Amino acid sequence: MSRLLLVIVLALTLLPSVAARADDTMPPAPYAYRQLDDPKLEAKAQGLMETIRCLTCQSQSIADSDASIAGDMRSQIRERIAAGEEPEAIRAWLVERYGDYITYTPRVTSLTWPLFAAPVAILLVAALLLRRRFGRGERNGGPQA
Amino acid sequence: MTEASVKRRSWALWLPLVVFGLFAALFLWGLVRTKDDTVPSRLVGRPLPAFDLPAATDGKPGLKHADLADGKPRLLNVFASWCIPCAAEAPQLARLAAAGVEVEGVAIRDHREDLAAFLQRNGNPYHRIGADDLGKLQIAIGSSGVPETYVIDGKGVIRYQHIGDITPDDVALLQAKLKEAAL
Repeated sequence: MSRLLLVIVLALTLLPSVAARADDTMPPAPYAYRQLDDPKLEAKAQGLMETIRCLTCQSQSIADSDASIAGDMRSQIRERIAAGEEPEAIRAWLVERYGDYITYTPRVTSLTWPLFAAPVAILLVAALLLRRRFGRGERNGGPQA
Repeated sequence: MTEASVKRRSWALWLPLVVFGLFAALFLWGLVRTKDDTVPSRLVGRPLPAFDLPAATDGKPGLKHADLADGKPRLLNVFASWCIPCAAEAPQLARLAAAGVEVEGVAIRDHREDLAAFLQRNGNPYHRIGADDLGKLQIAIGSSGVPETYVIDGKGVIRYQHIGDITPDDVALLQAKLKEAAL
């Protein structure tokens, strides 16, 4: 217990220093905090940015994070969307560099297919069980008319 | 009910507990395993993307991808003057440079005067230093922070990525990776 407390106290005292060391003083990238003029394109960019993981604050999306690398990524995404690139192409480009971890929308791969198959399998089993149960009820005479 | 179906039921009775136990074990494993936060680049084994960075400091040229494909394996160090671990790894980079390793630098989001002061303070092991003011190259090579060090072979192919500062223990490993890249 006291060890746990020590860990918590240490974490709290060390946290500010960890946050402080990732500070640069350069102005943010041009489109890090500036929306695109075309609302349609901005919506496209926003949709993508909300589903890309920030590499510095790994539980936030780059749309939510103020980390400089997240700002750089936002700026690049907006510029590329403005240049006519499709959001999914940019996502694929990022996945090519950082792996599936960078995206919050899961893809079907040899590793993730059970995630997609499990609900279908559970529904099938449930349907089978229900049919057996109701089927049996009917055999036993069904509802009394 | 037949005897067989009774037996089957008593076995099924334990099933929820077994499932619960499996989940409890899974959660416990998730709690005690050490978390690895690093996001490695997927470009290891693939050629560097095309880039052309301007010089980040006086006296050292900028950096372009063709510079890294001249037949000689070398290190590509992604760093910044505002990054404390980058200062911590400076002696190790100096040792590698003194041993004849060519070290190329990419300064991320750095002011020229800050960088000059950093090099003054920590030494300058770099052959060339490119300025990556918007993190473009950083993202293009799958780097997720500073410092990171890539081993690039003579054809400009990324052969190894070291994430975080180079500690004295890592020097031999990087030298081995460079030797491998020379084969």
